[in-house]
Amino acid sequence: MARNSGRPLSPHLTIWKWGPHMLVSILHRATGTANAIGGGVLLVWWLVALSSGEASYARFVDLMTSDETGRLNLIPAVILIGLTWTFLQHLCSGVRHLLLDTGAGYELKTNKTGAIATLVVSILLTLLIWGSIFFYGAH
Amino acid sequence: MGTGTSIGRVRGLGSAHEGVKHWWHQRLTAGSNLLLVTWLVVSLFRLPLWDYRALVLWLSSPWASVPLILAVISAFYHLRLGLQVVIEDYQHDFTRVIAIVLLNFYAIGGAALAIFAILKVAFQGAVA
Repeated sequence: MARNSGRPLSPHLTIWKWGPHMLVSILHRATGTANAIGGGVLLVWWLVALSSGEASYARFVDLMTSDETGRLNLIPAVILIGLTWTFLQHLCSGVRHLLLDTGAGYELKTNKTGAIATLVVSILLTLLIWGSIFFYGAH
Repeated sequence: MGTGTSIGRVRGLGSAHEGVKHWWHQRLTAGSNLLLVTWLVVSLFRLPLWDYRALVLWLSSPWASVPLILAVISAFYHLRLGLQVVIEDYQHDFTRVIAIVLLNFYAIGGAALAIFAILKVAFQGAVA
């Protein structure tokens, strides 16, 4: 049986390959979970440290930054850069989901382009934000 | 079948006693998160984060503390709805009940702590 390569293969239990739409779908869940736990705990920690007074906030800042340079320590930097990307990726694919909810964007090419776009935008914005922070040394 | 019309079931009158509320609230809070949490993240990157006095001054304005409280409510409600779906998809026995209870403790406790802390700073100002 000759297969017309112009026709899509029907996905079956073991016959499928990764596509950007699958990656973005599971990333929406993974980044949402990361934001919910990582972002939530960090936000509450920051606010409680701030509300407990100047000394308590100084301890929080001391943990986050280096004494010599005043810059972010490695681990907090990795966590914050990671959470920036998970936030932006969840935001982008969330907006994509709101558009898909209207019934738009299910054509194969549009769907694939939209999925790739969320990844491109979230990575570019993360690089832009953290590039400007490290370049200007804002904090 | 004794379960009413389909629109009645959607509105929460079916045997499950709830309809599209979970789905719809997740979309509503997605919209409010888009505005409020984006505002928060942009603010965080613009603020002098290591300057205690500047942050207290920032939070003492209702234009900062009120949107921050709304962002906390919106984000914690959204994460409670979202993680509930994740738990329901992957946990199938009694661990599901435990996970949902822990999720509720986390969402309500986290939001309460955050809101109290914001209000304390907003009303009290700087503490030595």
